[in-house]
Amino acid sequence: MGKTLAEKVWDAHVVRKGDGEGANAQPDLLFIDLHLVHEVTSPQAFEGLRLAGRQLRRPDLTIATEDHNTPTLDIDKPIADLTSRTQIQTLRNNCKEFGVRLHSLGDAEQGIVHVVGPQLGLTQPGMTVVCGDSHTSTHGAFGALAMGIGTSEVEHVMATQTLSLKPFKTMAINVEGTLRPGVSAKDIILAVIAKIGTGGGQGYVLEYRGSAIRALSMEARMTICNMSIEAGARAGMVAPDETTYAYMLGRPHAPQGAEWDAAVEYWNTLHTDEDAAFDVEVDLDADTLEPFVTWGTNPGQGVSLSEAVPFPEDFADENAKLAAERALQYMGLEAGTPMKDIRVDTVFLGSCTNSRIEDLRAAADVIRGREKDPKVRMLVVPGSARVRLEAEAEGLDKVFKEFGAEWRFAGCSMCLGMNPDQLEPGERCASTSNRNFEGRQGKGGRTHLVSPVVAAATAVRGTLSSPSDLEPASVSASTTTDAA
Amino acid sequence: MEKFTTHTGIGVPLRQSNVDTDQIIPAVYLKRITRTGFEDALFSAWRKDPAFILNQEPFNAGSVLVAGPDFGTGSSREHAVWALKDYGFKAVLSSRFADIFRGNSGKQGLLAAQVAQDDIELIWKELENHPGTQVKVDLVSKTVECGNIVAPFEIDDYTRWRLLEGLDDIGLTLQHEEDITAYEATRPSFKPKTLPARTQ
Repeated sequence: MGKTLAEKVWDAHVVRKGDGEGANAQPDLLFIDLHLVHEVTSPQAFEGLRLAGRQLRRPDLTIATEDHNTPTLDIDKPIADLTSRTQIQTLRNNCKEFGVRLHSLGDAEQGIVHVVGPQLGLTQPGMTVVCGDSHTSTHGAFGALAMGIGTSEVEHVMATQTLSLKPFKTMAINVEGTLRPGVSAKDIILAVIAKIGTGGGQGYVLEYRGSAIRALSMEARMTICNMSIEAGARAGMVAPDETTYAYMLGRPHAPQGAEWDAAVEYWNTLHTDEDAAFDVEVDLDADTLEPFVTWGTNPGQGVSLSEAVPFPEDFADENAKLAAERALQYMGLEAGTPMKDIRVDTVFLGSCTNSRIEDLRAAADVIRGREKDPKVRMLVVPGSARVRLEAEAEGLDKVFKEFGAEWRFAGCSMCLGMNPDQLEPGERCASTSNRNFEGRQGKGGRTHLVSPVVAAATAVRGTLSSPSDLEPASVSASTTTDAA
Repeated sequence: MEKFTTHTGIGVPLRQSNVDTDQIIPAVYLKRITRTGFEDALFSAWRKDPAFILNQEPFNAGSVLVAGPDFGTGSSREHAVWALKDYGFKAVLSSRFADIFRGNSGKQGLLAAQVAQDDIELIWKELENHPGTQVKVDLVSKTVECGNIVAPFEIDDYTRWRLLEGLDDIGLTLQHEEDITAYEATRPSFKPKTLPARTQ
C-alpha cells in the first residue's frame, strides 16, 4: 500500500525506529532539519544545556529571532518593560554563547518566527521543522512536517537535533470547489475547526487537499496550516507543487543550480500516493463557504458571518452547552444577535496567521478610497520587517495611514499581548489572529477571529462586516480583492 | 526527573472543557527566564474571582486536578506545566488532553492521566459532595481511586516507563548518538543550513 505525504516525510527522518509494535510501540527518534528559536520558550532550554554541560549540536540548523515580546513602536529605544528587555537580552546572550544566528529587533530579517523561516527560504518541502511555539504548523504549507514543541523538547533538539515521537494518525481535509469573492483561506480553516472541533484533530497530522487548496497561494496555505493546532492537530500539511516552487525560487536559502534540480526531483515525490489510505477523511465544500467569524472563546465556536450568535440550548452536548453559556457571558453577547450587528472597538491586522504581504494587500484593497469608522482603532502589524519594507515599497503603508490605521513595526503584537499592544477590559476586537481565548489579547478583552478582508470591512463599518456589505468606494480602487 | 509511582492528594473538580494554556498561565508571565516560581501565575485571571475553586478550602490545598475534556489546548508553553507543578499539582485527570500539553507534562513529571468522561463526572460529584476527598493516582496499576470510585486511566507506555523510572529524555537519546551521526552523513546536500547566513 502507498504512503501519505506525512508518512513519507516521517520515514525519511527516522534515525532509529522505536522497538515494539502497535499500541506498545516505543517512539521513533526523528532527525530535525530546522529548529526555529525565539525569546520566550528558549531561555530555560539554554540554561538546561549549560547546567548539564551540553553543547548545541547543530548551530547550522538553528535560527533565532525576536518576536513575542518586541514593541511595535519606538523600536530604536530600549524596551520599556524591564522583564521583556531582560528576556530579549537573555536570547541575545544565549545566541552569542552558543553560536546561533539571530535576527534582532531592527534587523531587516527580524519578525514573527513563522514568517521569517519561509521568507528566507529556510522552510522547504519534505523537511522536519520544530519551534517552541504551537503555530509551527504554519511551515506545513510547504509539505514539511512542522510541529510546535515545549521547552523540554526545545532543549532536547538543541542537544541532539532529534525528537522522540510517536507516530501520528492521518486525516485528509478535502476542500473542493472555488471560493467566492471575499472568502479566503482564513474562512476555510475557521470552518474546518468549527466542523471537527478544537479536539477533532488530536493525534492527527492533517493534510489539506482538493482543488480549492491547490488554487491557493503559499501565503494562504500558510494561514490554513497555521491554525491546524487550533483543531488540536499536531501538524497540518499541503503537498508541494509549482506554486510552492515558484514561491521558493530565488529565496536566500533556497537551493541553487544543480542542487535546485535535485531538490525539485525529490520534492516531486512528496505527495500522498493514489493507493494510500488516511485514517479519517473530512470534506468541505468551497463553493458554498461564506466569510466565517467566531462568537465564543475557543476557535471552534464560529459561524458564518451572515448567521447569528447561537443559543446554548441548541448544543446537544452538555459540556458544549456549558462552554457556550460561559463564552457568551465573557463575550458580552446575547444569543440570537446577528453577527453583523456586533460592534467592535479595535481591528487587529497581524499575527503569524495573517500578516504576510498578501494579507496586507487584500486588506488594503478593501479600504482603499474608503473611510474608517472614527470610533474604531485599527492596528496593522506586518509579520516581519521584510514584509513591512515590501509593503512600504508598494505604498500600502500610505493606504493604511490615510485610512486612519496605525502602521506598526513587526512582531506578534496584539495576537497575545505580551508587548504593550493589548485590549482593555471589555474591549471588543475583530482580529486576524488565531486565538479567541479569554484574556488572550489583554485582560478582559473580547476577540472575534476574522479574515483580513473581513477585518478591513469591519474597520469601515464599525460592525462585523464582509467586503460585500460595503458601499462602493469613493475613488476607483484599481485592484480587486483576491479571493485566494 | 523524580520518579512517579503513586500519589494521593485532595482532588479539585474543575468543571470546564477547553481549559487552554492561556487560562492556565496568561502570556504576561511568560516573560520570566526561570523554570520555577510560577505558582502565582497559575489560573491567575480566574483566581481573581473569589468563587473560583482554588480560592476555596480545602481545594486550595489540592494536588490532583480533575478537569473537563480538551485540557491544555492552545499554546505550546511548558510554563503551563511548570505553573501547575509549582502550585502543588502532581496529576491532572481529563478525558482528552491537547497533544503538546500532554507531551510537556511527561517531560516534567506531571502525570496527565486520561480518564473516561463518565468516570470524570462521577469523580466530580464525589469531590463536590465531599470536599477534601483524596484522589489516589496509581501509575503502576493505571487506576485512580476516589471514594468508592475506582477507574482506569490511559497513558502511553513510553511516558509511563519514563515517569516510573524518573528518566531524563536527553540522556536516553544520547545513548544513540552514533545513530544520529550516521543519519547526518546521509542527509542530501540540498537541505538548507542557517549558517553562513544569507539574506536578501
